Amino acid sequence: MKKQKNKLAGLQKRKAIAGYIFILPFIIGFLGFMVKPFVHSLYMSFCDVEVTPNGPINHFIGLDNYARTFLRDVQFNQLLTDELGRMVINALAIMVFSFFVALVLNQKFKGRALVRAIFFLPVILSSGVILGVEYDNTLLAALQDTIQESTGVSGISDIVKEILVTAGVGVKPFEIVFDIVDGIYDVAIASGIQIIIFLSGLQTISESMYEAAAIEGCTAWESLWKITFPMISSLFLVNMIYTIVDFSMRTDNEVMDRITFVMTVSLEYGFSSAMAWSYFAIVIAIIGLVSLIISKGVYYYE
Amino acid sequence: MSKAATTAKKAPLKNRWEAYWERNKKSEGYLFQKSCKSAAVKVCRAIMLFGMCFMILQPLLNKISISFMEEQDLYNAMVISIPEHFTTANYQLTAYLTNYATAFRNTFVISLTIAIVQVGMSTLVGYGFARFNFPLKNFWFACVILTVVIPTQAISTSLYLHFRFFDIFGIIELLTGEALNLRGSVLPYYLMSVTCMGLKNGLYIYLIRQFFRNIPKELEEAAYVDGCGTLKTFIRIMLPDAKPILTSCFLFSFVWQWTDSFYSKTFLGNTSLLSVELSRLGDRLMQYIQIDLRNAAGASVGYTNCIVATGTLMVVVPLLVLYLFAQKGFVESLSSSGIKM
Repeated sequence: MKKQKNKLAGLQKRKAIAGYIFILPFIIGFLGFMVKPFVHSLYMSFCDVEVTPNGPINHFIGLDNYARTFLRDVQFNQLLTDELGRMVINALAIMVFSFFVALVLNQKFKGRALVRAIFFLPVILSSGVILGVEYDNTLLAALQDTIQESTGVSGISDIVKEILVTAGVGVKPFEIVFDIVDGIYDVAIASGIQIIIFLSGLQTISESMYEAAAIEGCTAWESLWKITFPMISSLFLVNMIYTIVDFSMRTDNEVMDRITFVMTVSLEYGFSSAMAWSYFAIVIAIIGLVSLIISKGVYYYE
Repeated sequence: MSKAATTAKKAPLKNRWEAYWERNKKSEGYLFQKSCKSAAVKVCRAIMLFGMCFMILQPLLNKISISFMEEQDLYNAMVISIPEHFTTANYQLTAYLTNYATAFRNTFVISLTIAIVQVGMSTLVGYGFARFNFPLKNFWFACVILTVVIPTQAISTSLYLHFRFFDIFGIIELLTGEALNLRGSVLPYYLMSVTCMGLKNGLYIYLIRQFFRNIPKELEEAAYVDGCGTLKTFIRIMLPDAKPILTSCFLFSFVWQWTDSFYSKTFLGNTSLLSVELSRLGDRLMQYIQIDLRNAAGASVGYTNCIVATGTLMVVVPLLVLYLFAQKGFVESLSSSGIKM
């Protein structure tokens, strides 16, 4: 009896060692390329870094870089609030849009494969540099505006907006809604992965549940809220976090641009680290808050 | 003869119609109501899907038509999508400005190798996390999640310096007298990919782990009873099963690497890559027109946009071709594998 127990322990030990060998690359990478720069960058954010041919020299200056970030830098606060505001509105819009599209794409209809292919195209089209190029053409956007003004042609949404806004009922919420409608392309193009995740979740829900509900007299609308929604509620959390992370690291993010600019062009490593850390802390705080709120409502089956 | 055939075809239709009405009457109009509803839903869905598909494709189509236009067409209000003066000069100019052949080759080689390395390493790590129990497992997995969540930009400053003055515990400085400058070479980026710190590597680890977790334990035990060691089980039993998820991850890795500009700019600064060339294209064009063509006014806004659109197309088209052939690998395998969170 005792011998057998020992053998099991031996097997477990062997397995544990094998497990460590499998994840070894990650551990090395994490310690070497994550933890070290992480600590280093945290330290640098409290320093005035001077780059010399023999390596960087850090002069410790305390919290001055952070004070500069929040109190003295002209752009940072402005960019940060802009980006965060955009992020909140867009993240919500992306969640609703991708959930809705996933529901539709999960149904059976002719040409579904084609439609799916088109909807996931943004995964390619909205990645990396291509997105940045799209947004760089501010000059062109200005040109388009002048053309639109001079020709007097305006889109349907503008006309509807004018009617509703002049009616004077709660102008602010309307403006937000119209901003989302105007930016529906941005939303659609940012929600490729989210749609895939929702879709994969929808496919794990067994058909028999819907059948049982239908026999009991459930309408499709009711089963959406009583079956579909709870069953994939955990994916809302995952998607929300993914969306926030994705949004805060996008190429066209202005805060990121500013940080990179300060680092590579003005070569103020300490200051840019402080900015990056402040930004990172704020994003993490938001993620924590969001996951706290959503996880309250998540329902775990099993 | 043909008339007989058509009536023969029509008759069952008519019969079906009558039978339908019969059934409808029996159900007191419920059947008709229901089929009307479902038809309405279908039409609405079709219109909506068409609209959204068009919205996604429109910029692409627009770019294609612009890229074949001459400069005068861009300002001609009559020309909207079909160019009046068809030309391929835009492509030639863009290819010249971006150094297309070299950049393409570099990008292809780097994307391919990085994708292979990333997926290979992520598979090992993901398998380790999914099938083995070891102390501190949850801690290390939390670290994986952390690498996904932390914006690389937050640590990029010090990574930059880390590779500028690269050293392993001061060994290299002892030997050669000064730290290595790895910046500008390809090596740091490969090092990072090998150790799972590359672009979105945490995400691949996560996906692959989720996949391996769903494989029944009995399979592994059977292999073990039959005399397979850990490594052999992994290679012979687990890997063939994981093909779909591995293709998905490979394709994503390839595509994201292809279009990535942040990592490329930070670590591969001296290598000519499509993504980097594309982000510089506007300035290049200005330079080319002002210096080579001695036209002080530079390129007009419309023309710059036209060239940038052409450049974007030239970067995207290889990916689109890949997507066309491997669409299933991109989407279906990922969505049908049913990632459980």
